[in-house]
Amino acid sequence: MPEEPPPAMTENILELRDVRTHFPVHRGFLVRRRTGAVRAVDGVTLSVRRGEVLGLVGESGCGKSTLARTILNLVPTTGGAVILNGRNLGLASRREMLACRRDLQMVFQDPYASLNPRMTVRAMLAEPLFAHRICSRGDVQGRVDELMGIVGLAPRFARRYPHEFSGGQRQRIAIARALALRPKIIVADEPVSALDVSIQAQILNLLSKLCREMDLALVFIAHDLSVVRHISDRVAVMYLGKIVELGPAEDVIDRPRHPYTRALVSAIPVPDPGVERARQRIVLPGDPPSPINPPPGCAFHPRCPHALDRCREAVPPLAPCGPSHEAACIRLGELP
Amino acid sequence: MPLLTVTDLRTHFHTTNGVFRAVDGVSFHVERGETLGMVGESGSGKSVTCYTIMGLVPQPPGRIEGGSVVFDGMDLLRCSPKAARSVRGKRVSMIFQDPMTSLNPYLRISEQVMEPLVIHEDASRKEALGRALEMMEAVGINDAARRIHFYPHEFSGGMRQRVMIAMALITRPELLIADEPTTALDVTVQAQILELIRRLQRELGMAVIYVTHDLGVVAGLCDRVQVMYAGRIVEKADAQTLFRSPLHPYTRALQRSIPALQPRGRELFTIPGIPPDVSKPLPGCAFAPRCGFADDACNGAVPELAEAAPGHSHACIRMRAGEIDWDA
Repeated sequence: MPEEPPPAMTENILELRDVRTHFPVHRGFLVRRRTGAVRAVDGVTLSVRRGEVLGLVGESGCGKSTLARTILNLVPTTGGAVILNGRNLGLASRREMLACRRDLQMVFQDPYASLNPRMTVRAMLAEPLFAHRICSRGDVQGRVDELMGIVGLAPRFARRYPHEFSGGQRQRIAIARALALRPKIIVADEPVSALDVSIQAQILNLLSKLCREMDLALVFIAHDLSVVRHISDRVAVMYLGKIVELGPAEDVIDRPRHPYTRALVSAIPVPDPGVERARQRIVLPGDPPSPINPPPGCAFHPRCPHALDRCREAVPPLAPCGPSHEAACIRLGELP
Repeated sequence: MPLLTVTDLRTHFHTTNGVFRAVDGVSFHVERGETLGMVGESGSGKSVTCYTIMGLVPQPPGRIEGGSVVFDGMDLLRCSPKAARSVRGKRVSMIFQDPMTSLNPYLRISEQVMEPLVIHEDASRKEALGRALEMMEAVGINDAARRIHFYPHEFSGGMRQRVMIAMALITRPELLIADEPTTALDVTVQAQILELIRRLQRELGMAVIYVTHDLGVVAGLCDRVQVMYAGRIVEKADAQTLFRSPLHPYTRALQRSIPALQPRGRELFTIPGIPPDVSKPLPGCAFAPRCGFADDACNGAVPELAEAAPGHSHACIRMRAGEIDWDA
């Protein structure tokens, strides 16, 4: 097959520039007034290189799923730009957007909810091929078999319905569907958190293998840091709509700099009784604050063990703290 | 005498699709004040075991086919319903996995936390409210005097789980059954809840059965651990021993498939296949089809749990015969 000429573009397949996604909050029944906004994603700047796995971690409500949906243009942005392959998705026409979707696919958390129960595997995998006019009717069978082979499902299952599969197999189908259009980047929102440990490992291996073999970039969203550390090249930590730390996976998780990342890492239970009992745990007080009225300054300061008065004054920007490692804390230099 | 002794418990579900042997011959005991971890994947029967102890298995389709659950000398499966009720909810209580669906959305938190006292101790509402407030403070809910009158939807997930714990502990039970109480929560909130359970356990001297699929949580919390697979216990030992030197291939496979214990980038160890369908008869060891060490003998008979060293039992015939070398 002849190679397409490489278009002029940067090394980054995906760039986010100061992306904001806010949801308006309304009050009142008959007379509805806008009273505020949930700042689900509030100024995120990130880039993903070709073939790179970027892990995105944070607690529930930190905006990581909204960020995923924003990247896919499933929710409109309030500000900033999502740039795929050099093209600003916010400015793309419907037709351009359709073309962009070929390069950008998603795998959802719950394989019980993300597959249509009334479609066979074959129909689900063929649908994107028809929608984008990639295959003729005659070629579809071959491509469906190929896709099933890639994710480790026997092609004889093609006529089955989702309820005939286990959770792990369903997630494989969801991955096959995402791969159907040969995308350049996949956004996976908690793809393994609904699965048992032994099945989780199978899906993680599959995703790693696909990224390696197909030069596929992956934005891997999860709340489980040990899973993220295993699969990611780089990790971004989110808190209340903002990235608070970003860097190579080993650096961020083994040598975290931001106090929030430190607390997060120390909260992961270690499956070794000796280590688990000996170590010091940072137990954060309270819950994450509401993204409707975020605290002034650094959003983490009300729960931070190192907070000072000046943490309240301004939102700290991401600052370098090591080779390609950044953290958003004004006390970086002062912390041990 | 142990606080709770479960012997050869069998709970099956009779459905139109066959008989599901959710719990199929489970025996264990819990001593006063200790923490027993119950680990297994979904469908291994760990929750059904707890539900049977608490009398929460819907019958039909559930049927308790045999065995006994003896709490402090009383068999909860055979005594009168009235006698069982005086134990369940008072001396043994349970917290559930999902704090979002386990609280009644129509009742104020105060009503729900007071209820066990009103039912079991005939407390007056005023007295019950006072003790409910104390309990809410003990589980770390700030501004409890005001927030006790809130409805569940006004609380976050972590706060609701604290309310559940307050409800479970208000009668000062001797045994707490915690069925994946932190699975639905974030790690930082999980750390708070685990710390809380540890502290209250020390203060009240109660025993805890902690059900989870997370080996990390077990490592930090439990004195003894039992691993379940397809309705049976395949290995039990004290936590240290189970993590350092597991003897059953399933326990070891489970441990090896945790990303945290493996170097980054290396392919993760996986257990091939999926857990068996417990509605089909299993002639031999339920794990044999997925086990890297299985041979023909494994399919011959269901292996019994037997002691390999004091306090350490497993149900693997090949390990017992000395035929398994992990490093080979």
